[in-house]
Amino acid sequence: MDAPGLYNYWIVIVLMMTGFYVVVSRGNLVKKIVGLNIFQTSVFILYISMGKVSGGTAPILAEGFETYSNPLPHVLILTAIVVGVATTALGCALVVRIKEAYGTVEEDEIQLQDEAS
Amino acid sequence: MIAAHLPALQIVVPLVSAPLCLLLRRGGLAWALALIASWAALACAVLLLQQVIATGPISYHLGGWAPPWGIEYRIDAVNGFVLVIVAAIGAAVMPYARESVAREVPEEQHATFYTALLLCLTGLLGVTITGDAFNLFVFLEISSLSSYVLIALGRDRRALTAAFQYLVMGTIGATFIVIGVGLLYMVTGTLNMLDLAERLPPMAESRTVVAAFAFLTVGAGLKLALFPLHFWLPNAYAYAPSVVTAFLAATATKVSVYILLRFFFTVFGTTYSFELVTLENLLIPLGVIAILVCSTVAIFQTNVKRMLAYSSIAQVGYMVLGIGFASTAGLTATIVHLFNHAMTKGGLFLALGCVVLRLGSAQLESLEGLGRRMPLTMFAFVLGGLSLIGVPLTVGFISKWVLVQAALERGNWFVAAVILLGSLLAIVYIWRVVEVAYFRPAPEGDAAAPIAEAPLSMLIPTWVLIGATIYFGIDTSLTLGVAERAAQHLLGGGA
Amino acid sequence: MNPQTAILLSLGIPLSGALLIALFGRQPNLREGVTLTTAALLFGTVITLVPGVMDGARPTVTLIEMLPGLPLRFEVEPLGMMFALVASGLWIVNSIYSIGYMRANKEAHQTRFYVCFAIALASTLGIAFAGNMLTLFVFYEALTLSTYPLVTHKGDAAAKQGGRTYLGILLFTSIGLQLLAILWTWQVAGTLDFIPGGILAGKVSGPVVGVLLLLYMYGIGKAALMPFHRWLPAAMVAPTPVSALLHAVAVVKAGVFTVMKVVVYIFGIDLLAESGQNLWLMYLAAASLLIASLVALTKDNLKARLAYSTVSQLAYVVLGAALATSWGVIGGSMHIAMHAMGKITLFFCAGAIYTAAHKTEVSELSGLGRVMPFTFGAFLIGALSIIGLPPFGGLWGKWYLALGALEAGQIAMVAVLMISSLLNIAYLMPIPIKGFFGKSPDHTEGGNPGPVAIKEAPLPCLIAIGITAFGCLVLFFFPDPLYRLLRPLGF
Repeated sequence: MDAPGLYNYWIVIVLMMTGFYVVVSRGNLVKKIVGLNIFQTSVFILYISMGKVSGGTAPILAEGFETYSNPLPHVLILTAIVVGVATTALGCALVVRIKEAYGTVEEDEIQLQDEAS
Repeated sequence: MIAAHLPALQIVVPLVSAPLCLLLRRGGLAWALALIASWAALACAVLLLQQVIATGPISYHLGGWAPPWGIEYRIDAVNGFVLVIVAAIGAAVMPYARESVAREVPEEQHATFYTALLLCLTGLLGVTITGDAFNLFVFLEISSLSSYVLIALGRDRRALTAAFQYLVMGTIGATFIVIGVGLLYMVTGTLNMLDLAERLPPMAESRTVVAAFAFLTVGAGLKLALFPLHFWLPNAYAYAPSVVTAFLAATATKVSVYILLRFFFTVFGTTYSFELVTLENLLIPLGVIAILVCSTVAIFQTNVKRMLAYSSIAQVGYMVLGIGFASTAGLTATIVHLFNHAMTKGGLFLALGCVVLRLGSAQLESLEGLGRRMPLTMFAFVLGGLSLIGVPLTVGFISKWVLVQAALERGNWFVAAVILLGSLLAIVYIWRVVEVAYFRPAPEGDAAAPIAEAPLSMLIPTWVLIGATIYFGIDTSLTLGVAERAAQHLLGGGA
Repeated sequence: MNPQTAILLSLGIPLSGALLIALFGRQPNLREGVTLTTAALLFGTVITLVPGVMDGARPTVTLIEMLPGLPLRFEVEPLGMMFALVASGLWIVNSIYSIGYMRANKEAHQTRFYVCFAIALASTLGIAFAGNMLTLFVFYEALTLSTYPLVTHKGDAAAKQGGRTYLGILLFTSIGLQLLAILWTWQVAGTLDFIPGGILAGKVSGPVVGVLLLLYMYGIGKAALMPFHRWLPAAMVAPTPVSALLHAVAVVKAGVFTVMKVVVYIFGIDLLAESGQNLWLMYLAAASLLIASLVALTKDNLKARLAYSTVSQLAYVVLGAALATSWGVIGGSMHIAMHAMGKITLFFCAGAIYTAAHKTEVSELSGLGRVMPFTFGAFLIGALSIIGLPPFGGLWGKWYLALGALEAGQIAMVAVLMISSLLNIAYLMPIPIKGFFGKSPDHTEGGNPGPVAIKEAPLPCLIAIGITAFGCLVLFFFPDPLYRLLRPLGF
């Protein structure tokens, strides 16, 4: 099919899997948050890619342009980005508190401490 | 005038009260505001449900913008019922929260606590009431983020790691949902649920739609702790403050089940979900495994909160079975169990919260002799336990009856046996608590600080919920009536 | 009062009694007075229903509709009438006995005891008057739960263990098997009402009848059909009045009552007989009958021996149901009443012996009869009734059962009845015989601080024993009202 034209979507998949992999495989809590962010970014690109209309320009009203890309996905993504920011902020706050409580942000060390107590 | 805008008020009241709580600084004032807001939300929900039962589905256009471009709040029998459940639990938990939070959460964080609780309530109500798929994601994240905060406010430091684990898994789940919604938007160009329902059938063969379905199912499954995506739940429930556990156990999973119901039956439709995708081959086995495995694991827990957490995962299994049956009886069973389980688990966790208030711990061993020292609390626990088991005259029996009925209708003998086996397993873990509380003598402790019964502000909400488990186990006309109506509506036809 | 009110009062009176007992917990005499008054009022209310039922009336009361199409409904028919009479009548006697026993043994938690007793009786009346299988199931479970605190009354480790077996087996059978059978019946027949001739006729046939019957019979754990009988000996950890309640007044009677109801009103004896599925049940019942009697022979503990005797006697009723003939059903039903009277006498005596002489084993009872003649005399009467010898009521139960066996053409079962009577003699008669004619044991054995004068049991206990022993006699000479009441079951 139109594989090279679907370049955006390939990026989406790569980012999604990368992010997911980082979340699952890394034991460091901060890295997990990073992975989560990458994962969420792939979704942003998915939405924006689907909003592009062939031959359309940016969705801002301007003289001389007839075709615009779909503005709705952009709006949705703004919302999703905000949600992502909030999640990241919350995650980081939790990491700070965990560091205070456990002295480490490595998942396996935390588990050891929990089992010991 | 107000009546016309009830749907909006349902969300606005708790939403606006939340930052006000934060501004109020003092825990006592914040609590008072939260109390008023949650009771107002309950009033809204009850009025809305009454209206739906009388005149059929309500459609509210937010901001006056017509759907499918504007966001629509659409209330029919299904989400009307769920609204009442969520709001009722919120209203019951709020008076209880005063003493419980004072004991379990540091003073300076009280206002934050009530803010987060109200936000969580807003989010859950929003997920239920909205008729727009992306709006659902937004409200879902509002409720999830605030629940991460609430869980992290627990005393034990493991609450932090539990909240973090929940954050990671919950975000992945929500992101899956948003991917699913995005894919659906891609093929249909609309986000409104009813509009999607109209536009999807011609696209049914498309791989994108299947992918969307899969993402939505897994995403919602993570949120409702569908086996095997349940790992975040035991820790989250065990280490969160008691109020939070009770609130979340009684609402969050129910709302996630609602999401599944809405997407499977309203958006995708029964034909797609069950004939093309054959969802029952996934849901029924998972439900069966959840019931058997989690009930068994619950038996071996030493912390009563974890025991009830695993029990909750098993109960979610029952709900999922009902969805898998995809019949009027099956869906009636699921929807009525949303209500019944909310009352039962809410009451049980509130009773446990009373115990934690006095004893400081929910470990099974520390409950020795509690039957004598805190008779009202433990009796509430026993009644809730009997409802979990499914003894007649409790709501648990009604759920089990309708569910086994649905299984037998399909000729599914094995599943019927599994459902009853789940009851038998529940007897084992509930009776462990009963035996420790009633058969062991109270430990010789400090005579200086004798254990007294829980304060009234905590006993009354507990007994309200437990009383509901008995009352609605005898007079089922309201719950079963609405549930059946909702089931018929979901399956097409009827409102 | 009209029948509807009587039915509702039959449940209301014991429940309000329970409430009042709880309120008067601090004043033992007042509390005991409430129990006795409640029991007497209950019996009086139940009796008012008898004339109507004898004439063929079937008063009904419908309460709330608990599930769509399934209301909580009460309907009085002959079998239920008899059960209600037995239960409420024996409650009065059991209460008199309990007062004597509990006080003499200085038992703790007496308020809880009397409260749970009252609730258990309310549940029993609910079972007796149930108009459909759902209502019966509701009260059946209520009975299990309300008797749990009674069985585990002592609160020690042995009580806990016994309670586990009790609850475990009863709930496992009721939720795992009986509920499944009920749901299946509902699915197939579209109703759960008790209708003479059964509701399954034409809806099920062949092996399905058998499987459903199996689910019901083993699902009704209170009937103690082997191998689900273990809860009965395990429940011996309870104080004797509770054992009397379990064995004679309520629990096992509820079990075999339910068996009878299911056979007569759900399956219908014609359906059972035609399908031939009653045969394996008959053999199971016969086996349970004989094996339990044999086990009883080996038991030295008096209460254990009586427990296995009950298991055996319950199998008589199941056998009567399994014969699927008119006489069989009537015989089994009569046996419910006869056995109740006889067994309660035996248990009362066992309790009296424990209270007065602190003896629990059969081997220790030698010569005790000369010191406690009244008790052992009553024991003799009860034993003879259980064995089935005139002039005591137990004869009639066995008589009609034998008739039923003949009617079904099952000569082997007649033989089984004979053999079991012989076994009854073997495990029951030695007790009064040794008691009256055996050597006196040395009372100063084993570190006793000198000869302890054993006298008879406390007076309330003796009164109760006297009443029930007399009852065995009365039932022999006046079985006719009972027979006339039960006749419609078979014809």
